[in-house]
Amino acid sequence: MNTAQDGRPRIGFFVTCIVDAMRPNIGFASLKLLEDAGCDVSVPAAQTCCGQPAFNSGDDATTRRLARQVIEAFEPFDYIVVPSGSCASMIRSHYGELFQDDPDWQARQKPVSAKTWEILSFLTDVLHYTPKGVRYPGTATYHDSCSGLRDLGVHDQPRALLAEVDALDLVPLEGNTECCGFGGTFCVKYPELSTAIVAEKAAKIKATDADTLLGGDMGCLMNMAGKLSRDGSDLRVFHTVEVLAGMADGPGICAPRLK
Amino acid sequence: MKQTSHRFSQNVTRALAEPTLKLALDRTTTLLRSRRARVIADFPQYAQARETAQKIKDHTLDNLGHYLRQFEQNAIASGAQVHWAATPAEARKIVTDICTAEGAKTATRVKSMLGEEIGIGEALAEAGVERIETDLAEHIIQLAGDPPSHIVMPAMHKTHEQVAELFADKHAQPSATQDVPALVESARRELRPKFLNADISISGANFLIADTGSFITVTNEGNAELTTTPPRTHIVTVGIEKMVPSLKHAAVFLRLLSRAAIGTEITQYTTFYNGPKRAGDRDGPERVHIVLVDNHRSDMLSDFLRPMLRCIRCGACMNHCPVYSAVGGHAYGAVYPGPMGSVLTPAMTGLKGSKDLPNACTLNGRCKEVCPVNIPLPDMLRSLRARQFDAGMASPRTAWSLRLWAMLATRPALYRLATGAANIGLRVLARGRGKISAVPLAGGWTRTRDLPQPEAGTFMQQYKKKRH
Repeated sequence: MNTAQDGRPRIGFFVTCIVDAMRPNIGFASLKLLEDAGCDVSVPAAQTCCGQPAFNSGDDATTRRLARQVIEAFEPFDYIVVPSGSCASMIRSHYGELFQDDPDWQARQKPVSAKTWEILSFLTDVLHYTPKGVRYPGTATYHDSCSGLRDLGVHDQPRALLAEVDALDLVPLEGNTECCGFGGTFCVKYPELSTAIVAEKAAKIKATDADTLLGGDMGCLMNMAGKLSRDGSDLRVFHTVEVLAGMADGPGICAPRLK
Repeated sequence: MKQTSHRFSQNVTRALAEPTLKLALDRTTTLLRSRRARVIADFPQYAQARETAQKIKDHTLDNLGHYLRQFEQNAIASGAQVHWAATPAEARKIVTDICTAEGAKTATRVKSMLGEEIGIGEALAEAGVERIETDLAEHIIQLAGDPPSHIVMPAMHKTHEQVAELFADKHAQPSATQDVPALVESARRELRPKFLNADISISGANFLIADTGSFITVTNEGNAELTTTPPRTHIVTVGIEKMVPSLKHAAVFLRLLSRAAIGTEITQYTTFYNGPKRAGDRDGPERVHIVLVDNHRSDMLSDFLRPMLRCIRCGACMNHCPVYSAVGGHAYGAVYPGPMGSVLTPAMTGLKGSKDLPNACTLNGRCKEVCPVNIPLPDMLRSLRARQFDAGMASPRTAWSLRLWAMLATRPALYRLATGAANIGLRVLARGRGKISAVPLAGGWTRTRDLPQPEAGTFMQQYKKKRH
């Protein structure tokens, strides 16, 4: 493994377009956790989006252009870490489909895909990291976003990490592995369907004793928080890294801001 | 049935407005999901059986011509007549010609999706043959005049309260009470004499066995056996992909099918048919006709849709689909609903009339996860989107926004300027309230959901300030 001269793993952090635009706190919480865990983290400036919106719209040519941009920007690193199961899975599980007829790019894509990780599973499975001295007073429930869960096997890792947080109770969510209705471009193409699905999800979240909803994908969290907020619920919604980094002291997603 | 998949969005709106539909769907899908989860957990060899099943189907599809010829030879040897239909129209003609030759006035029918696919109901009506649906749920939708809304539970869209009203209205001697056993009794009284007096029986088949020329039906009500035994002629309409090489291979699928479909280890009735009544048999049909239907299946063989031919029609994909669970099967406007239908409908009837089907999916992957033969449904739906995009079928708005977005996303510096501007714009709209309740061009989101107020500055802007 090519590591930094001081032996620390060199991480290329892929912030994702939604976190970049909507909730940088998730990005900074990720940097803090990765650095606490002993990584040398860089944020390549040439990054925008992993290409998933184009991929899921069937525009493979555009997806390839974006995938090449990601590969070029991130191939120098030991690992590519992403605070989203969905975007991580795009790079790790789907980039291969794009370069099947292009041996040169396939040779560059394969190692990049193989060293791409969703952050929560990277913290546990690769870094064996345990958060220390973090406190979050509250009762939280957890939604398992689909791509992270089914493509990358992210399920136990966030629960193991959250178990180390003081004063936090985790309560089960009925249907925690069922889609929230976000689906990327799906939610804007089929808003009625998306709404029907997220309404059911919001009802199940409200049926728990939780005062906090956690997850690992900003897209899904934004969808559920948006519905809960519109329903008048005051549940706090955070990305798991915000809690783990002790950076969930500000307003949750869609919550009123004091500043 | 009349295909309405080109009006998918209107169908969705109507389905969401139906007051009892969601209740009916939830009652059944919740039960099916929990029973399936339990019975799969109690089946230690499940993963192995699933893998074996996939291999058997893939092998059979790789050698489908061979097995079809072998099946034909053995079926003829058993005394059955074998017919080949390339299209639904050919299949309908074969069936109605047999009915005419037999002078048939009535036909009892065992539920079969292939029958729906080729439009057997309409064909019989045109030929002047009275069709009697003998499956309880098919009987319900025949009385109601509805198409099936699920491939295993065709009346899933109806509550039992609605069925009680329907039976009270349509049955000659409806039961006095409305509990489910009383409803079943009412249907039994209505159907029993018709079973015995029909001229012809028509069924599908769950599996074709190449090395014996046999076929299998899998049911819970016993109606298949009672339907196909008394009439002098039995017609089987079946898709060519139902083939397996031998009985021992069929056994692998029998262990998976009812577990995946209804969450039981086995169904009440699994019947193996082998030709017509033989000398010395006390009963059974004198003639058996097997109609092997292609209808674009051989096109799918040479296409990325090939894995779809592994499908054993269990319905698990739709039982676990968030879209199906929200709107039910009729909204898809095609014979096959849910994830498998969203692949099959474009393959069988063309992408033009079913543009929405591959797109109306969140790609959450649960359908593939529960599929007993591991069909990569989300990947195929996405590939269908790519086929649409390449054919210029994306809506102008989608194509235009993708182009604009791609122009920005492939130019990181320009992209930073655009996201920076959007960040300011959204914060103006939020006016410090933490959320935004209306955004121009994003009404689909904000009509029902708030959008969070973005932080002051994008991550990349803040990072640059903090680290340099």
